[in-house]
Amino acid sequence: MILAWIILLLMGTGFLAWLTSRWSDILPRIISLAGTLLFLGVVLYLWFTHSASAVPSGNAAAGAWIIHYTHSWIPAFGIHIILAADGLSLLMLLLTAFLGVLSVLVSWKEIKTRVGFFHFNLLFILAGITGVFVSLDLFLFYFSWEVMLIPMYFLISIWGYENRTYAAGKFFLFTQASGLLMFLSILGLYFVHGRSTGVYTFDYEALKGTVLSQPTAFLLMLGFAAAFLVKLSTVPFHSWLPDAHTQAPTAGSVLLAGLLLKTGAYGIIRFVLPLFPQASQQFAPAAMILGVISILYGAKLAYAQTDLKRLVAYISVSHMGFILLGIYAFNQIAMQGVIMQMVAHAISTGGLFIIVGALHARIQTREIGQMGGLWTQVPKMGAMGLLFVLASLGLPGLGNFIAEILILTGSFMASKILTIIAAVGFIAATLYSLRIMQKVFYGTVLKKWEITDFGFREMIVMGSLAIVIIWLGLFPNSILNATQQMVQGIVQQVNITVNGPQNANTLQNASR
Amino acid sequence: MITGPDIRSLLPIEILAGGMVITMLGVALKRNPTLTFICTLITLAASFLSVLFIWPAKPHAIGDLFLVDRFGCYFQALVLLSAFVVTLFSQISLKNFFPGKRKEEYYLLLLLATLGGATMVISTHFISFFIGLEILNISLYTLISYYRERPKAIEAGLKYLILAAMSSAFLLFGMALVYALTGTLSFQGLAATTFRHDSVSLTILITGIGLMITGMGFKLALVPFHMWAPDIYEGASSPISAFIATVSKGAMLAVLLRFFATADLFGFKKLMLVFTVIAILSMLGGNLLALRQNNIKRMLAYSSIAHFGYVLVAFIAGTGLGTQAASFYLTAYIITILAAFSLITLMSRSDNEATDIEDYAGLFWKKPVLATLLSITLLSLAGIPLTAGFMGKFYLLTSGVGKGNWLLAFTLVISSVIGLYYYLRFIFAMMRTDGQNFPIDSRPSYSSLTGLLVLSLLGAAVIWLGVYPAWLIRLVGSLT
Repeated sequence: MILAWIILLLMGTGFLAWLTSRWSDILPRIISLAGTLLFLGVVLYLWFTHSASAVPSGNAAAGAWIIHYTHSWIPAFGIHIILAADGLSLLMLLLTAFLGVLSVLVSWKEIKTRVGFFHFNLLFILAGITGVFVSLDLFLFYFSWEVMLIPMYFLISIWGYENRTYAAGKFFLFTQASGLLMFLSILGLYFVHGRSTGVYTFDYEALKGTVLSQPTAFLLMLGFAAAFLVKLSTVPFHSWLPDAHTQAPTAGSVLLAGLLLKTGAYGIIRFVLPLFPQASQQFAPAAMILGVISILYGAKLAYAQTDLKRLVAYISVSHMGFILLGIYAFNQIAMQGVIMQMVAHAISTGGLFIIVGALHARIQTREIGQMGGLWTQVPKMGAMGLLFVLASLGLPGLGNFIAEILILTGSFMASKILTIIAAVGFIAATLYSLRIMQKVFYGTVLKKWEITDFGFREMIVMGSLAIVIIWLGLFPNSILNATQQMVQGIVQQVNITVNGPQNANTLQNASR
Repeated sequence: MITGPDIRSLLPIEILAGGMVITMLGVALKRNPTLTFICTLITLAASFLSVLFIWPAKPHAIGDLFLVDRFGCYFQALVLLSAFVVTLFSQISLKNFFPGKRKEEYYLLLLLATLGGATMVISTHFISFFIGLEILNISLYTLISYYRERPKAIEAGLKYLILAAMSSAFLLFGMALVYALTGTLSFQGLAATTFRHDSVSLTILITGIGLMITGMGFKLALVPFHMWAPDIYEGASSPISAFIATVSKGAMLAVLLRFFATADLFGFKKLMLVFTVIAILSMLGGNLLALRQNNIKRMLAYSSIAHFGYVLVAFIAGTGLGTQAASFYLTAYIITILAAFSLITLMSRSDNEATDIEDYAGLFWKKPVLATLLSITLLSLAGIPLTAGFMGKFYLLTSGVGKGNWLLAFTLVISSVIGLYYYLRFIFAMMRTDGQNFPIDSRPSYSSLTGLLVLSLLGAAVIWLGVYPAWLIRLVGSLT
């Protein structure tokens, strides 16, 4: 029930923010901040009360939900409102709430027009994302999946930069088209399950046991994978991402990079692997190759960009490649790395987007060629920039390092060649990351800008991000422990279905 | 011999016809547009209530001509509700565009057209079906060109006259062929004789039904019989366009569903192939043609071509889930499209109708309430969650995938992605700022508060069906 209340809280706050914008511009901001802070508080409470029970207990039974809520919705089709959370969902909710608060804060000065409607959209995106992370009914999941698109479309197309119409339309068409393919797959699964058991339902737990013939399973799996790979901006389907990220307002970029991309990874872990374990095994080589291509291609394009925001966007493409590689390695180490990467990437890229947004607000350009030697002017911004650039190139001690090392260690067991090629991505990451520092903050002063450094509000935002990224680097166990049970369950399930229990055990032992 | 229960079952139609005669007498005594308007509303409301009153527990057949069952009554209720809303907005539209005389006949024709539609949906015989259709058609010729001072009205009326007459001819010829073969004009009789034929008579039968499909396809504006739709939608006033999109098309769809179910024609592979081709062409054609439209009425016309293509996906799925899905989708579509055309009526000024995309530029900042309602409407047409259109599309896809029609399901998905583009175009136009800061119209120039109220109700219904559709699914599930 608490999960339903969280979603209603976000929607209600959104409506309230919109209504109050009639009277003042500051009211919607305060209301949204209060709403998201309350959201964060509730999720933190859940995290601390439940993470203790999520500690691995040896017997990893997948489906041990911490919170579970069921309510009938459309009984004629067996559609229920099933909201549930395990360690992974809670972690994602925590991330959602944290970035939600930050995105309200970073929009404080940046958004000056239609403030009420902006916050309405912002909170509806958060509500949709929350729905995605906790829905266990496939129909409800698709419903939430779509709900987060419309407000994001508005966010980009109203408050975006110069080329916003094009970017918003592209974003919408890509995600909508792939989402509908997933919907067809959901319906296909629904009917196959209904025909074989006589029970027509969209319940995830029930559908998980559906017996599928191999070609059917593969086709249905592809429908799901289409939606998630597009969201994850895997290389052949990535072209919406640089446009959408570049044109979106800062809060939009933070949410896109931090949360929307993660829904793709979450979808694969939560739905594709458990629902189609065998088909996923078949798909794994292709997916891992796509992942490696994304890593290298994203890095190459990032290095070639002259638009700072576009550069950061391509970093996302590269980092998402690691996620794909890790998921399809099918072992616990890589999967833990993936979850770590989801969080670390959200924080580091979010930080970079906020810095770019702040720079853009001050000098009205995103062209790297126009910047240079800014450190002396804005030392605080420069220091923060250095921290997040180092994070995204994978410096030990920061979150991304842990994530990428875990992923590569795990994927090495699955495919040595691909892992070796993927490791080249580290070098590329160093190149594009240091280029940011070199061209923007160090180097010769190309143009004399009169700009102010980070203020108090911005330092709170950046400071909290900095604390989290360092925390992730130093104490990764706090996250790894919470999700270990869930990860173990899924990895075991995939391997058991394919190799039989014996093999899975050896793999498990190997990964320990 | 007409019996008491027969009279009771036909109550809605009797009330419509009687109310019309009384209204006409009233007009003969004293011409007063307001009085006529109120009489029309009362007639429609009374007829609607009588549908609820006679809501049949089991089907009641009146000879071969009519079958009063839940299915028929449900569609009658839809027809009457749509006519009610159309009448309300007609009054606003007439006041704006037609300040002079000649208002009374409009309402009479509207009642007559509604009578035609209400007759069609319960008919189970070619004669009753054709009479209903012609009553509807002939009233529509006049209604479309009613504002004859407006530039495109006469053109639209004439176009509709010629094409509708031709499609009626096709329909009649088809009926004649079927009659020649089977010796009966009732849908039921056709089912009884269908499978007793050799291949030659089967060819004649399929030819006959094929010709009828042409006639019906014209009324539903399915590709390739769709050319008239955009011109007529544009030329007619918005309420009349809404009437065509809801009553006329809805009644025809009901007849089509009933005809194929009663005459048991779903088994004919060739006919289903024809419908599959028509459905695919309509879905893709309608959406592609709508892409570059700057005129919202033409855009809605093309989109309605596509929407009836979607409905055919459910139709092809056959009785049971298919009929339910079609009924559900039609209901959702009717509510949505009524809201859309009502909005155009409210947006219009007395000198011209607000049809161009430029009329909607920046609407979000000028009239947030209307803009929000129009966005809900367009998003529902596009089939986005939280709206009725999404649930409808889900229902259609379920029926299509349930029968294994993957080709149709894929086409539906692809064409609705194409469709998104032009709906979003209009929504985006409403969000445009053009660099200027529009002040919010604090004193709205809504020509009618009633209109706004009804519109809000329609908008609320769209959202309600999108969030909690269980009751309507139960209702359409109990129809067949």
